[in-house]
Amino acid sequence: MTQAEQERRFLDKIDREIKIEPNDWMPDEYRQTLIRQISQHAHSEIVGMLPEGNWITRAPNLRRKAVLLAKVQDEAGHGLYLYSATETLGADREQLMDDMHSGKAKYSSIFNYPALTWADIGTIGWLVDGAAIMNQVALCRTSYGPYARAMVKICKEESFHQRQGYESLMKLCNGTPQQKAMAQDAMNRFWWPALMMFGPSDAESTHSDQSIKWKIKRFTNDELRQSFVDATVSQAEILGLTIPDPNLKWNEERGHYDFSEINWEEFWQVVKGNGPCNKERIAARLKAKQEGLWVREAANAFAKKRAMKKSA
Amino acid sequence: MQDQALFEYVLRLADDSLILGQRLGEWCGHGPILEEDIALTNISLDLIGQAISLYDLASELEGAGKNHDQLAYLRFENEYKNVLLVEQPNGDFAMTILRQFFFDAFRLPLYEALMQSPVAQLAAIAAKSVKETRYHLKHTSEWVIRMGDGTDESHERAQAAIDHLWRYTSELFFEDNIDEQLQERQLVPSLKGIQANWMETVKAVLSEATLTIPTNNWKFEGGRQGRHSEHMGYILADLQYMQRAYPNMEW
Ligand SMILES: [Fe+2]
Ligand SMILES: [Fe+2]
Ligand SMILES: [Fe+2]
Repeated sequence: MTQAEQERRFLDKIDREIKIEPNDWMPDEYRQTLIRQISQHAHSEIVGMLPEGNWITRAPNLRRKAVLLAKVQDEAGHGLYLYSATETLGADREQLMDDMHSGKAKYSSIFNYPALTWADIGTIGWLVDGAAIMNQVALCRTSYGPYARAMVKICKEESFHQRQGYESLMKLCNGTPQQKAMAQDAMNRFWWPALMMFGPSDAESTHSDQSIKWKIKRFTNDELRQSFVDATVSQAEILGLTIPDPNLKWNEERGHYDFSEINWEEFWQVVKGNGPCNKERIAARLKAKQEGLWVREAANAFAKKRAMKKSA
Repeated sequence: MQDQALFEYVLRLADDSLILGQRLGEWCGHGPILEEDIALTNISLDLIGQAISLYDLASELEGAGKNHDQLAYLRFENEYKNVLLVEQPNGDFAMTILRQFFFDAFRLPLYEALMQSPVAQLAAIAAKSVKETRYHLKHTSEWVIRMGDGTDESHERAQAAIDHLWRYTSELFFEDNIDEQLQERQLVPSLKGIQANWMETVKAVLSEATLTIPTNNWKFEGGRQGRHSEHMGYILADLQYMQRAYPNMEW
């Protein structure tokens, strides 16, 4: 089959909503785009463990401690699952991680913001997992089979995280004035970074067009961001929290909420590595990798010895 | 007080689970491989779950109207009755795994015996926890063997962890008049039998791992009476931070 024919068959499958599977022919750029996007997602899950993990030892009661442990464990599972999806495309987990450590590969910039108070944990669950779901529900129908299937499983758990986060904030918002203030402060710090999670505006987005054509992405960044704002406003109202945007207003004509322009200067600075915690996050991951090296070597050496014994 | 001796006994079990679960929680996000990050977090989660059930039972036995969080969070350092082993720092992966292995090898036969206890709630907690503990012990045993029989470096690290932690292992079998009283009432097993069982497991696993049992049998004890190591204060500073800084609030 000629290259042109293969490409036509590939596009035909995309058109007819037939999933692309690991052994199918695919354009190299499609493969690279997927590896980049899925690994970026995997890195986000792993780096995302750090701000929340830092509160496990300080969780205010045993039930919250258990819930947080379970949540962070889920995120590690998501990372594992997504790295496996990249492996179906011929990528190597270690190499992908090295690319993140070197700054070549990105992860969601939200995790470069610090988790300063207990209210941040609820807020991360509500807004950050919430924004992730908005992105990921759309990805459940993405054209690459293993990615789509991973998303279905992951989305279920993310919605659970979001509900738990919201429930935890509810407790604070119905608690003492001090607790309520803690929740509002978290809201003030996380609202804009959460909106930034959808990435640059459509006009600025370099990868969007082709990804939409290949049905890797189903909605644009701005569309998803708008859906998120529309869904979140009433949830904030129920909590009694104020969204830190004086221009947030229902627009009858558009049928959507209007909101202020994002501080793109801050967005690009954080993406470039100048967020409040970029250095700490990478340093923590690098340390885990380096200090874990002997463990991985031991496991390999042992496996080899046992295999030799068996064949002997 | 409904049953002082039984309360104390259950509190010791609960404190062991809580403090070890707390220690393992420090690994979250920093594990040597993603799979181990998940495994250590999972063990931590099981231990915190066991602690909740045990504190619930303890609070019932105490009859002072305290809930599990008040017991877990609002005591002073010398009121915690965990063994010194569980409060020792994580160290490297070998130290964490060996600490966990020594503990699991003790907890499994203990839970198995406690399943027969006429104290129905305690037997129920043991029955539920025995499954989790069996998995923990399997997991840590496998790693001890892997490290011992892996590379030179992993062997050295594992042996160093054993040599360091050995001094804390005898306290697992510490008995005082609380144990004696409850044994007389036939509510709990003697730790002598548990110790023999523990030694058998340790010998078998270390020998397969080509690791050696230290000859120095000098004992470090005190945890069961609330005399802890210097590490304990820092553990509690983290654990109790929210409850102390924001007293009497619900989370
Ligand atoms: Fe996740
Ligand atoms: Fe995610
Ligand atoms: Fe999540």
